[in-house]
Amino acid sequence: MERSEEDHVVNESPIPAVASAAATEKPRIWPMYLTLVSVGVACALVIVIVYEVTRPIIQRNKIELRKQAIFDVLPGVKKSAAFRLKKTSGRFEPTPVESEGEDLVFVGYDDQDELVGLALGAQGMGYQDTIRLLYGYSFEAQAIIGIRVLESLETPGLGDRIETDAEFLRNFEKLDVRLTANGDELANPIEFVKPGKKTAAWQIDGISGATISSQATAQMLGESAAKWIPRVRAREADFAFTEEEQ
Amino acid sequence: MAIDRKQIQTTASDEFLKGVWKQNPIFVQVLGMCPVLAVTNTAKNALAMGLATAFVLLMSNIVVSSMRNFVPKQVRIVTFILVIATFVTVVDYLIQAISLEQHKSLGAFISLIVVNCLILGRAEAFASKNTVWRSLLDGIGMGLGFCMALLCLGGVRELFGNGSLFGVPVFGEHFQPWVVMVLPAGGFFALAAWLLLFNWIGEVRSRRAKLEDVI
Repeated sequence: MERSEEDHVVNESPIPAVASAAATEKPRIWPMYLTLVSVGVACALVIVIVYEVTRPIIQRNKIELRKQAIFDVLPGVKKSAAFRLKKTSGRFEPTPVESEGEDLVFVGYDDQDELVGLALGAQGMGYQDTIRLLYGYSFEAQAIIGIRVLESLETPGLGDRIETDAEFLRNFEKLDVRLTANGDELANPIEFVKPGKKTAAWQIDGISGATISSQATAQMLGESAAKWIPRVRAREADFAFTEEEQ
Repeated sequence: MAIDRKQIQTTASDEFLKGVWKQNPIFVQVLGMCPVLAVTNTAKNALAMGLATAFVLLMSNIVVSSMRNFVPKQVRIVTFILVIATFVTVVDYLIQAISLEQHKSLGAFISLIVVNCLILGRAEAFASKNTVWRSLLDGIGMGLGFCMALLCLGGVRELFGNGSLFGVPVFGEHFQPWVVMVLPAGGFFALAAWLLLFNWIGEVRSRRAKLEDVI
């Protein structure tokens, strides 16, 4: 960070022709270098300090938000637990709910400790930056039953309608992600269609005015569902409620 | 000599108030319209944006004025932007630490504080020519004025567009919200109404002052 800042600063320094022509005396270059480099280094230092101080707090907030989102995407859930996919055994094993990583799934139970569904993560490039979201999968309905955006920098009023547009969110009340008979892929991959053109339960209606953001949402859901749902479906027994998970 | 000193003293005491009223950054200078129109759909967003901008403005004013004698004039704008961008990054992390929800609802507009012309404007027009103390007063005044103006807009828009203020319902259940007020068009309506009010007050005052002069 500091290096790139300095490099950038040094590159900027040569005096533009206009400025040197306008100056009555020849401008001295060293004070300019010195000013820019020292200001750059000081600024970098401030940013690094603030980043280091706030990082643990921000991390805590993110985990809290994720915990809350599990309840939002799985209606009727009272308790949640996290599981990690072990590469070696192919099993899902309990892990603390504060864990980090790509290979995590969250499980929701109702007040009878019965399995309600899973909250799975998806991420992909939106219009401005990476969008990260959590979606709820119901074993019973074989469908996605809710989504919640965790991180996005989409344009307020346009792209951020993927979070607020009621019409768009209705796509995810019951988005079909049924598997084929042998259970290793989705029977119908999730499809993105133009606004109002949705005819099948596995299609997602776009938002006019937020095409890129809504298409990105559909695409990341499609990718994540194709990857996760065959796996979690095959290992449904791993997610049974046990006391120590809490 | 005595007059000079008196002049300086009065301006120093007015430094703070001018941003709030006489030279209010939004209602009088009409600066930084991007966040003004974009994130004032609720009072809470408006307040958060106002405070974030005020913080950056105050800090950049202090830093810019304290190094005004060392920065060669050819590189001053680059230096100012560097300082401003640093404080914007700081604010970005701070908001994330305080509330991720708030950070999400302000979205890309936090990073856009860097290009808010109010901040660079004050750095170039005021802080780079005045003492730290006066720049501090100017920063607080302008920041407060900006914050208040944003709150005026956000409050009106949320009140009519959502029937609530800071998320608390005001009008009861039977109120039919004017949805247009929380949409972008509502920002222009609300801003126009406030500008009208401010210009009208200004005109009435100047007319009264003239009248008093004649008498």
